Amino acid sequence: MGITVPQINFSIIAPELIISAFALVVLLLGVFFPRTGKNDYLGYVSLVGIVVAFLYTFPIMGKSQYAFNNMIVADGFGVFFKVIFLIIAFLTVLISIGYARRVDIDFGEYYALIMFATLGMMLMAAGTSLITIFLGLETMSIAIYVLAGLMRGDRKSIESALKYFLLGAFATGFLLYGMALIYGSTGTIILEEIAAYIKSKPELLRSPMIIMGIALLTIGFGFKVATVPFHMWTPDVYEGAPTSITAFMATGVKAAGFAGFIRVFFSALGAFQPDWIAIMWLLAVATMTVGNVVAIAQTNIKRMLAYSSIAHAGYILVAFVAGNELGTASILFYLLVYAFMNIGAFTVVILLGKRGEENVLISDYAGIGFKYPLLGASMTIFMLSMAGIPPLGGFMGKFYIFSAAVKAEYYWLAVIGVLNSAISVYYYLRVTVFMYFREPEREITGLTFSPASVVAVIISVWGVLYMGIFPSDILALAQRSITGLL
Amino acid sequence: MIIPTVPPSCYLVLGAILFTIGVIGALTRRNAIVVFMCIELMLNAVNVSFITLSRFLNSPHGVMFVFFVMAVAAAEAAVGLAIFVQLYRTRETINVDEINLMKW
Repeated sequence: MGITVPQINFSIIAPELIISAFALVVLLLGVFFPRTGKNDYLGYVSLVGIVVAFLYTFPIMGKSQYAFNNMIVADGFGVFFKVIFLIIAFLTVLISIGYARRVDIDFGEYYALIMFATLGMMLMAAGTSLITIFLGLETMSIAIYVLAGLMRGDRKSIESALKYFLLGAFATGFLLYGMALIYGSTGTIILEEIAAYIKSKPELLRSPMIIMGIALLTIGFGFKVATVPFHMWTPDVYEGAPTSITAFMATGVKAAGFAGFIRVFFSALGAFQPDWIAIMWLLAVATMTVGNVVAIAQTNIKRMLAYSSIAHAGYILVAFVAGNELGTASILFYLLVYAFMNIGAFTVVILLGKRGEENVLISDYAGIGFKYPLLGASMTIFMLSMAGIPPLGGFMGKFYIFSAAVKAEYYWLAVIGVLNSAISVYYYLRVTVFMYFREPEREITGLTFSPASVVAVIISVWGVLYMGIFPSDILALAQRSITGLL
Repeated sequence: MIIPTVPPSCYLVLGAILFTIGVIGALTRRNAIVVFMCIELMLNAVNVSFITLSRFLNSPHGVMFVFFVMAVAAAEAAVGLAIFVQLYRTRETINVDEINLMKW
C-alpha cells in the first residue's frame, strides 16, 4: 500500500482553473455588488472568463501529457471536448443575458453554476481515472440540478429539477457500482492500467464481475446521454427547466456524457468491444426510433426538441457501435455541429418569448416567418440542419456517422439510421411549415430582442453553415484528436 | 477467544443486497425523501463494496474513492433537500405520484 506524491503540473488543467476562478469571482460579485434587474454585467464577466479559458486550451493542444498521477491527461480528445464545452458555455451565457433577467434568475449563482457545470464537463473529458470522471460527472450534474430548478416560483421548473435530481442520483448509484466492480476485478482505477491488466489476464474477459460492471456503467452513462430506455426524464426536465439551461443540458451534458462514455469504454474496456456491441446496437436503434417517432406527436417545441435530442443521441450511438476511427471522429464532429444547431434553435425559442408569455407551442410559430424574416430564416436553417439536409452541418455529421457504420459493415444499422432521419424530416419541417404557411391565430407582439441572443443566433448560423460547407477541416481536426485513444 | 474472520465475499454480498434494497426502494416508494434515502443507501452499498475490495486488493484507491463518494453524496443531499423544500412550498406535497404537471 503506497501513496506516491503526484507530480504537479498546473498548465495541464489551466482552462479548468481559470473557469473555476472566474466562477468564484462572479459568485462573489453577485453577492457584494448586486444590481437588481441590471445583473447583465455578470454575464459579461463570465464571457471574459470563458474566452480566457479558451485561450489557455491552445498551449495544451496537440500534446499528450499525463499529470497528477495519471488521473488527468491533456490529449487531443480531451482538448477537442474542452473546446466544445467552452463554445457551448459561451453561447449559453450569451443567450442568458436578457433571458435570465426576463425570468428573474439573473443572479450571480446562475452564471457561476453554468461555469461550474462546464468545469465538471471538462474534467470528465480529460479524466483518465474513474475518480476524476466520477467527480467531473457529479460537479456537472449537481450544478445542473440547481440550474433546472432555479425559477423558484415556477412549478414546472421545480418539478423538472426534482425529476432530474432523483433520476440523476439514481443513475449515479448504478454508475458507481459499475466502477466499484471494475475496480474490484482489475485492482486499479486508472483507465490505461485497467486496459493493460485486462490484456495481461485474458480469463477476465469471461469474468461475470467485470461484465456486470460494464452493464452498470452502460446504464449510468445511458441516463446522462438520454438513451432509450433510460430517457424518461428527458422531455419533462427539458420542458420545465429555463430554456437557456435546456439548451445547455441538451448540448453540454450530452457531449460530456459521451466524452466519459467513449473514454471509459474505448481506452479502458476496449477488449470487451465484441461483448458490448450487440447491446449498443439495440440501444442505438431503440433510441433513434423512439426519439423520432414520439417527437412527431409533440405540440410543445421544447418537448419536441427534447425528443429530437434523444434521437440525436441514437445517431451518435450508431457511430459508437461502428467504433472505428471515422466513427469516433464523427462523434466529435457531430457533437460540435449539434451544439451549434441545437443552441441556435433554443435561442430562437427564447427570442420568441417575452415576460410572462413564453410562446413555446409549435402553433405559436404560425406566421413568424413573414413577421420576423431573419428569425424565421435562422430557425429554418437550424431545423433543416437537424433533419440532415445538405449543405448544412447536420447533414455532414450524419453522413460521416452513417458512412462509419457502413465502413464497419453494420449495414442494417446504417439503413435504420437513414430511415429514422427521414422520419425526423417530418417534425422538423412542421415547424417551418407553421412559420411560413399558417395564419397566426393570435398576434405575437412586443418582442424585444436581446442583442446578445441575436449574436448567439448569428454565431450558430455561421457554425452550422461553416461545418456544412467546409467540413473537412473540422473532421481532420477530430481525426487528429482521437489518435492514441483507440 | 479467537474471532473467526469474515471472508471478503460476505461483505461484497452485503453490498449487493444493500444496493438491491436501495434500487427496489427507490422504484417503489412514493415519498420523495424516502426515495432519496434509498438512493443514499445505494451509494453506501457501493462504499461498502469499495472498502472491501480496497482491503482485499491491498490498494488505497478504493478507500480514496469512498471519501469522494461521501463528499459528493453530502453535496447531493444539500441540493436535493433544497429542491424538496421548494417543491413543498409550491405544491404542498412531496409525493412523487402527484408531481405530474408534465407527462408524455
